[in-house]
Amino acid sequence: MPFPSLDRLSPLENFGHSMGSPAFVYRPTRAEQIAELFESASRCGYTIGLRGSGRSYSDAALNGGHIVLDIRRMNRVLEWNPDTGVIKVEPGVTIQQLWQYTLEDGWWPPVVPGTMFPTLAGCLAMNIHGKNNCVAGTIGEHVLGFTALLPNGDSITCTPQTTPDLFYGLISGAGLLGVFTSITLKLKRIYSGNLWVHAWASPNLRAMMSEMEPLKTETDYLVGWVDSTANGRALGRGQVHAADYLHEGDDSAPAQTLRVDYQTLPDTFFGLVPKSSLWQFMRPFMNNVGVPWVNIAKFLSSRFLSHHHHFLQSLVAFNFLLDYVPNWERSYGRGGLIQYQSFIPKETASDAFVEMIALTNRRGLPNYLSVLKRHRPDKFLLSHAVDGWSMAMDFRVTAGNRAKLQALCDELSEMVLQAGGRFYFAKDGTLRPEMAVLFLGVEALRRFRELKAQCDPQGLLQTELYRRLLCGPA
Amino acid sequence: MALVARRAELLNQIADEIKSNGGRAHVYPHDATQFANVPTLFPTILRDLGRLDVIVYAAGVMPAVDLSEFNFEKDKAMMDANVLGAMAWLGPAAMAFERMGRGSIVGISSVAGDRGRILNPAYNASKAALSTYLEALRNRLTRRGVHVLTVKPGFVDTDMLQGAKRAFWVISPEQAAADIFRAVKSRKPTIYTPARWGVVMMIVQHIPSFIFRRMSF
Repeated sequence: MPFPSLDRLSPLENFGHSMGSPAFVYRPTRAEQIAELFESASRCGYTIGLRGSGRSYSDAALNGGHIVLDIRRMNRVLEWNPDTGVIKVEPGVTIQQLWQYTLEDGWWPPVVPGTMFPTLAGCLAMNIHGKNNCVAGTIGEHVLGFTALLPNGDSITCTPQTTPDLFYGLISGAGLLGVFTSITLKLKRIYSGNLWVHAWASPNLRAMMSEMEPLKTETDYLVGWVDSTANGRALGRGQVHAADYLHEGDDSAPAQTLRVDYQTLPDTFFGLVPKSSLWQFMRPFMNNVGVPWVNIAKFLSSRFLSHHHHFLQSLVAFNFLLDYVPNWERSYGRGGLIQYQSFIPKETASDAFVEMIALTNRRGLPNYLSVLKRHRPDKFLLSHAVDGWSMAMDFRVTAGNRAKLQALCDELSEMVLQAGGRFYFAKDGTLRPEMAVLFLGVEALRRFRELKAQCDPQGLLQTELYRRLLCGPA
Repeated sequence: MALVARRAELLNQIADEIKSNGGRAHVYPHDATQFANVPTLFPTILRDLGRLDVIVYAAGVMPAVDLSEFNFEKDKAMMDANVLGAMAWLGPAAMAFERMGRGSIVGISSVAGDRGRILNPAYNASKAALSTYLEALRNRLTRRGVHVLTVKPGFVDTDMLQGAKRAFWVISPEQAAADIFRAVKSRKPTIYTPARWGVVMMIVQHIPSFIFRRMSF
């Protein structure tokens, strides 16, 4: 049997369908199979890219022509203690599996991304954050420990206390140092399946940021939706959502709201349109003509219909808004989309973001949806975090605008670097090779390469992102 | 680009030329009749390229055969290189492209496959087999988004022409390549190169057998 077998060849894409390449996909169910895969790949001269649910907007889970190890079949919950909220899972367990397993016991993942489909291995590799970054930090800060298999053959057990280098390296390491084989997390105690949400409209970006700043550690969740097609004095107008967990006793019937079926998103919209086909209804609006109108409508409704509304919303509805519309990314059309997210220190953020939004409009490449969040720094090796703000912008990719979009992103990246900003490997698909060292810093990159040489001396773990940004000259 | 053929030094020359023009080229010395090596070599090529858009099967042999010669060795050599090699390579390519839902498969057949003639029966048979194989691949794969092109050249000025007794309308390999490139871009099913062979072969294909068997053509 030749290795790799042609039967394994699959066309893989990033989440936005804007990049893709074929790879030989292996789906192990046991750690021994991972060790065998390391051995075969090394013998035959192939590299291995790690992939979870494939929700990265970047090339972080692509490895064209080589092996891709899909971790999703290792998806068992190994240990669960409903008294302490400590859970031990296999790496392919998704955020969805996790909350559905623990919700009725009154526990919730302390940090979740905007969708419930990523695996925990993927979440750790990217060290994801949620809308509660300023209060809760990244997911890595809630990991008590993990076990991993390294390409050098070692099986390691890591905790932040005993093995800080490996712990802070593998989490945030983009799947380039080792394969998680089990993950132990401490969850968040909750007393209701609802959040208390406050929504209001902000007239422009600077106003929005100054309204959000004092709330950054006062409220549990904080996020701003920005209409980035508006210009002039309205540039960056939008809507802020601030949300808090309910305290013990606030929910009169927690047994009701802490049920999976209470949290489950509806199957139809307006009781009529099946949600699985909603993206097709969105598609006609997802272009440079339609999107400004969608944004205007959204802003006007937030300004006049729901300004300073307070309401209860389920944890799932608040956190996983994107999952309301399955395959929403397909509404961007054949070319797909990229998400350009940058993280800028608080001192320079507002000026930089205002300039960046203005630039996208000047270049005729408006971004269709922007999301503003407040962040805090963390200790992880390939960290994207800053004491400041992030702005995520969605751009539609078409056959005709690819080159123009790359040029725009180059300009934006220069502005971000000037402002002392950083980038996020789960999102970035446009950075130039020389830019990685500029935001990570020479020292962090040197330490990453030392760890890489120690854990993976043959360079077995590789992805297209790795070859693009991390393996060039220092 | 991946270059696969027997003579390494010639491959390296072409690779150097591609690289000096800013392209990427990998070289794989291989005899298309070594079928057993293909299952390892094909994924290796995919690995080195990172992706695959087009595969061109251009291997073929045409030893000189006398009018009264019946030589199984020569006949087998033609079937091996012209037909079985194509199946060994295009089978995996078809599988890969089918999975990806895209790509182009190009097979260099020949006008010689359109009729069986007196000069070289096995060559005619091998090219007829290749043309039919490609047609069947096309019928299988079009619905999967894969393009299959059958190229039927007349006389092209390559080493193979030394075995041909009479040659006319000879075109350069560059000219043939340009025709093939255009056909891949426009996803044509079949082309003759040069195109006038299409007219000629339409007539030839309709000559009734009782006349055709008396012709020395």
